[in-house]
Amino acid sequence: MDPARKRLIRLVVALTAALLLAGALAYTSFSASSSAVTPSQLLTSAHAGQSYQLTGKVVNGSIVHVGDGIAFRVRDRAGTASVPVRYTGAIPDPFRDGREVIVNVKKDGSTFVGEKDSLVTKCPSKFADPKSTSAQPA
Amino acid sequence: MATVGQACLLISLGLCGYGAVASVYGARTGRDAFVLSGRRSLFAVAGLVTVAFVILEAAFLRSDFHYTVVATHSSTTTPWYYRLAAMWSSQQGSLLLWVFLLAVWSSVAILLLRGRLRDVAPYATAVQLGLGAFFCGLLVFAAQPFETVAVAPSEGIGLNPLLRHPSMMIHPVMLYSGYTLFSIPFAFVVGALIVRRVDAEWIRATRFFSLAAWLCLGFGIILGARWSYSELGWGGYWAWDPVENASLLPWLTGTAFLHSVMIQEKRGMLKVWNASLVLATGILAILGTFLVRSGILDSIHAFVEEGNTIAWAFTTLVCTLVVISVYLVVSRRNDVLRSEAHLDSMFSREAAFLANNLVLVGVAFVVFWGTFFPLISEALTGKKAAVGPPWFDQYVVPLVLILVLLSGIGPVIAWRRTTPGRLWGTVRGPVIFSAAVGVLLALFTNAATDLQSMILFVVATFAIAVAVHELWRGMRARQLMTGEHAPRALVSLVKRNRRRYGGYIVHIGVSLIFIGVAASSAFQHTRDVVLKPGQSARVGGYTYTYVRPTAKIEQRAGELERITLGSKVRVVHDGKQVAVLSPTRGYYPTNAPALGVLSRYFIGDSTSEVGLKAGWRRDLWIAEQPDISNLLPIVRKGDTVFAKAAAGGVSERARAIFLAQALNGLVARYRQTAPPAQFRIIVSPLTGWIWFGALIVLFGGFTAAWPNAGAARGLSRARYTARVARDLGRA
Repeated sequence: MDPARKRLIRLVVALTAALLLAGALAYTSFSASSSAVTPSQLLTSAHAGQSYQLTGKVVNGSIVHVGDGIAFRVRDRAGTASVPVRYTGAIPDPFRDGREVIVNVKKDGSTFVGEKDSLVTKCPSKFADPKSTSAQPA
Repeated sequence: MATVGQACLLISLGLCGYGAVASVYGARTGRDAFVLSGRRSLFAVAGLVTVAFVILEAAFLRSDFHYTVVATHSSTTTPWYYRLAAMWSSQQGSLLLWVFLLAVWSSVAILLLRGRLRDVAPYATAVQLGLGAFFCGLLVFAAQPFETVAVAPSEGIGLNPLLRHPSMMIHPVMLYSGYTLFSIPFAFVVGALIVRRVDAEWIRATRFFSLAAWLCLGFGIILGARWSYSELGWGGYWAWDPVENASLLPWLTGTAFLHSVMIQEKRGMLKVWNASLVLATGILAILGTFLVRSGILDSIHAFVEEGNTIAWAFTTLVCTLVVISVYLVVSRRNDVLRSEAHLDSMFSREAAFLANNLVLVGVAFVVFWGTFFPLISEALTGKKAAVGPPWFDQYVVPLVLILVLLSGIGPVIAWRRTTPGRLWGTVRGPVIFSAAVGVLLALFTNAATDLQSMILFVVATFAIAVAVHELWRGMRARQLMTGEHAPRALVSLVKRNRRRYGGYIVHIGVSLIFIGVAASSAFQHTRDVVLKPGQSARVGGYTYTYVRPTAKIEQRAGELERITLGSKVRVVHDGKQVAVLSPTRGYYPTNAPALGVLSRYFIGDSTSEVGLKAGWRRDLWIAEQPDISNLLPIVRKGDTVFAKAAAGGVSERARAIFLAQALNGLVARYRQTAPPAQFRIIVSPLTGWIWFGALIVLFGGFTAAWPNAGAARGLSRARYTARVARDLGRA
């Protein structure tokens, strides 16, 4: 076969494969993703069994130890709407009253059950506004 | 001194602008005086930002709280070595560190490469100065490190306790060194594309800096993983966090570049690919800083205030760099970037390296897509969404399997063309050995219960066997030729071709890392339990017994640094005690004015110190969350007593004595009546192989990067030739 034609065929095959893989990647990322929601959004539109990525602040005084896990409430960053969360798994060191958290939850009756080990509290490596007092490494 | 520091930054900004313009003007008009002036501007910027850097570090060291950044990120109770590191825990300090490293590394590069690539170097200098101008501009206008207050607070807020770890002193410096060193090949390829001189010379000239960048970034990533494992209290070392991913992206494309440049040097192929890779790596290095410092991805996590000017500045810079890079590559693709040869066969080293590159870029694309998915999702659907670690694992794990397999095949397959039969003849030994190891693992361990891990164990063994076999063959050949003893023959062999054999050592290290990752991910035993003193929990065949609680007050410089509550935990296996672990949690006092005198010692920041017994076969790991709920009512009552005493005019000395008694009493009470504590217990096989493999990678990288005598002679020759050419030009 003509070498130039052979190279063209190789290029077309490679590009087609790359496109197919990129398409699969894009499709699965949308189907496997969790919607990021605030407590007030969760209160109005949560469906049982669906996974959500809840973001908000821990309500002061709401953290209690329950069995092997904890229970706490998460409220809107700027607002008072809050939802109860039950969680078991690793608790990040910075987790405490008033801290910003992200946790993957599913609705279970009137409460929300956190996915094991999904709780993330503001990490010191994250950017913080220069006016804030949190530390932030490079 | 703050004024001097600020002046240094301001002058640096001006010099960056002047030097960039002078370099380009000098190069375009052929006026060497301007080129020299541009180069000297870069050296002057390096000197000035070093002065600014030292001034700020000195302020941290002497706890000068007139500096706002010192007051908000350090304290007198922060140990001196962590005060140094506290500088880059701040936004301003980390940007100053970036520009300091950029200026220093760029100056070293321009100094070492003087006389080489004389047409390219002025443009490279201009690119470096342009980047310097951007960061100096941020420091002058957006994140001023030398902001001061007239009346200094008596005490600073202190370094975040989570960052008080030896890794955190070096990790950011290594990452930023990696990012800034990658800007050197980036700047040189931009220059090479501008002057249309894209032969292999710019690759040879900047190879040392590419390797150094790769090593620093890799070392920084490993240090971050180690910090996560031993400090964060969740027992993992990688979580596909955007900040972690940001550092991985340029490392992946940089790894691809280090492999593909060999094809350009050997065969004159893949010029477009190499130029694109190094441009992408440089931009991803900027993007890494951007992700950490701008908070653009944190918007989904709601961590960042609105109206972040730094985010806009970085977005503009990255977009500009992308546009320039695309223009340069597209406009040169049909002339200077045209390949000098074509791929002769799919059974060739070129093809293996190309496949390795495609896989590495594929992994980088997966990581990029997953990291930026919140932005992509919001742009396309209007809804914020994110993907988690399972999504990353689904794509990255199979690609890594292919990558490790290729790292075994690549070094032994012939250039240009070979046959399957000849390739089989070369790899037969390692294939049989790795298959035998696989069979033994399946028969005598539970490795076969996880198919992906089992495949990885086999292919990683294959890659190690190939590298060891190649080293062995070379050593034997040298012994036969020279009659040297085995160790001497091995050292001589490596010294004669550091790049090749350094690469083999790196392959061994990377394979060990992947074995450790696979084993510790698939066969780890984790359990979260609540235990009272005397109670036990069984995890992965080991019995962990909570023997007794511990509590103590730790002081530094006459001040209370932290209160440490923890436990002694005995670990027994097959009836024999194998370890006594001491997990603790340190409670650091906070200066929050709203808190009571005693509360400030228990309600501030706290951090875990894990109990760890590391071993070749497995790590025994434990972290504790002490329950201080029974102490808090007493603490609150104490707050009231202290408040009344303060109102009654009690002396400072008496107050200090009562406070010490109260804290000692609380600590003693915890020791005597500790409530059940929550523990996370992990038995993790082969985790130590990750850190050991990283050390081997480091050794291999140093071996490959170390200039050999021939290269040094070549550099001297090049400088001599350049000097003669200059003198002839003057004559």
